[in-house]
Amino acid sequence: MNIVELQQVEKHYQGVEALKSIDLSLQQGEVLGLFGHNGAGKTTTIKLILGLVKPTAGQVRVFGDDPTGDNAYHLRQQLGFLQENVSFYQQMTGCEVLGYFAKLKGCDKKQVGKLLEEVGLAHAAMRRVKTYSKGMRQRLGLAQALLGQPKLLLLDEPTVGLDPIATQDFYQGIARLKAQGSTIILCSHVLAGVEKYIDRALILGQGQLLAEGSLATLTEQTKLPVTFYLQGSNLQLPADLQANSSIINGGIKLHVSQEQKMMVLQQLLALPSLENIDIHLPSLEDIYTHYMNDNQHMELSS
Amino acid sequence: MNAILTVANKEFHDGLRNRWVMSISLIFALLATGLAYFGAAASGQAGFTNLSTTLVSLASLAVFIIPLIALMLAYDGIVGEDESGTLLLLMTYPLSRWQLVLGKMMGHWMIMAFATLIGFGSSAIIMGIFSDNTTWGELLKPYAFFIVFAILLGWIFIAIASMISASVVEKSKAAGVALVVWFMFVFMFDLSLLGLLVSTEGNVNAELFPYLLLLNPTDIFRLIIINFFADQQLTGLMAVAQQAQFTTVSLVLSLLTWFIIPVLAAIAIFNKRKV
Repeated sequence: MNIVELQQVEKHYQGVEALKSIDLSLQQGEVLGLFGHNGAGKTTTIKLILGLVKPTAGQVRVFGDDPTGDNAYHLRQQLGFLQENVSFYQQMTGCEVLGYFAKLKGCDKKQVGKLLEEVGLAHAAMRRVKTYSKGMRQRLGLAQALLGQPKLLLLDEPTVGLDPIATQDFYQGIARLKAQGSTIILCSHVLAGVEKYIDRALILGQGQLLAEGSLATLTEQTKLPVTFYLQGSNLQLPADLQANSSIINGGIKLHVSQEQKMMVLQQLLALPSLENIDIHLPSLEDIYTHYMNDNQHMELSS
Repeated sequence: MNAILTVANKEFHDGLRNRWVMSISLIFALLATGLAYFGAAASGQAGFTNLSTTLVSLASLAVFIIPLIALMLAYDGIVGEDESGTLLLLMTYPLSRWQLVLGKMMGHWMIMAFATLIGFGSSAIIMGIFSDNTTWGELLKPYAFFIVFAILLGWIFIAIASMISASVVEKSKAAGVALVVWFMFVFMFDLSLLGLLVSTEGNVNAELFPYLLLLNPTDIFRLIIINFFADQQLTGLMAVAQQAQFTTVSLVLSLLTWFIIPVLAAIAIFNKRKV
């Protein structure tokens, strides 16, 4: 059974098409990255899966059931959700906030202390949320999403406001959850650092599915080149490579297709005057930019 | 049921934490005690005098202050959670919409009931201790009667505030609407009825006119209190009601209707709210 299944889903808000014919299926233990510009339909997709809104057309299934149907109550006990910029109850302590949500979710109070420790808030558990930094609130939000060991986690911009170390900690937490068998949907426009932790990416633009697949598949599909940065005195490239090269401050930039990468690399290493070489592989950011630009061209030409 | 109580309990504790309960109790206690002691000042005496005069005057003051406090207490119940982002989060919990809004209202009702009981109750105790001409037995029943209906009046306006809170998207707008509602019920309504009486030189349908008072819960509350102390001389708009001779039971039923309708409306409105 697929944990999440979207079939030809469309969602219109007062005549505006927020989502157009989206298909998606997510298996247990997968981590899906949901990417797109503001207003691309990320939040609408999440709201559909959470059962907060009904699709205008098509079908949404979560754990094989309609998330807006009679069984929603039961489904929601197995869901964890963290949205962007939640400020919680300022006057309550972290411990009280988490205790309140634990009670609503019907889970054991013992989890509160354990989760606070897990997200690194044990020392601030008795402090009011008002005194928390943005990163601490985000971690409190994550602890909240993890209540009741949900089988499906939906995280909307989870790393906004986190410093690089905290971001890394966060993604390591995601990896641990994945190892425990959780299915995770990660929604973000901060792309750097995400690729290591996601199995699949889904790129949305103007409510349409622009691309979907593992990073390897997407890299292949986009045919984005590998970039070499070469340095050396009097460096002369072989004639067949010169067409794709350009001079940048104190060195040469060279684009090579994925398939030719190894061959060209050997060629380059044979050059006597080569002093340094940097290799840049297409990142998630490059892939994302590629699809976004493509989409814009299509918009312009249509 | 459990979820409703969880929400209500949290709301009540918020009320204790941010001193709402304490401030409301204090206001009520000062108001009731002050009125009991200085109520007769106009006729040249101070001190605890006539109990029924005290409670009837207290009722006319309470219709100003109770709706105001109730509206202030509950106007941001829903819209406040929306602004802080927790409403969306709560909607993803195993909790129905009606449970959330009812839980919120129940929490506010608890605050109001608790504070009214403490506030007016302590005033009754002070009066019992310092007054020479009233016994405890005489004091208890009228005060208990007054407190029960003061609480019900508060609950009605909490339900109205929840209705407002569920239907707007900004906290500031909720505050504005709440203020207008307060002004309408407390000033405008009676004023327009009086205006109607004066401009028609009393030439109104005498049978129908008193029933217009039932359109305002604050007037019903005052009529119930007045009915209880039947010996009081009636003035102003309240005198109009004498013609209709409302029974206490029919007044209580009207007040209960005024309670149930906004509660149901708040739930219905919140069910349609977009998140």
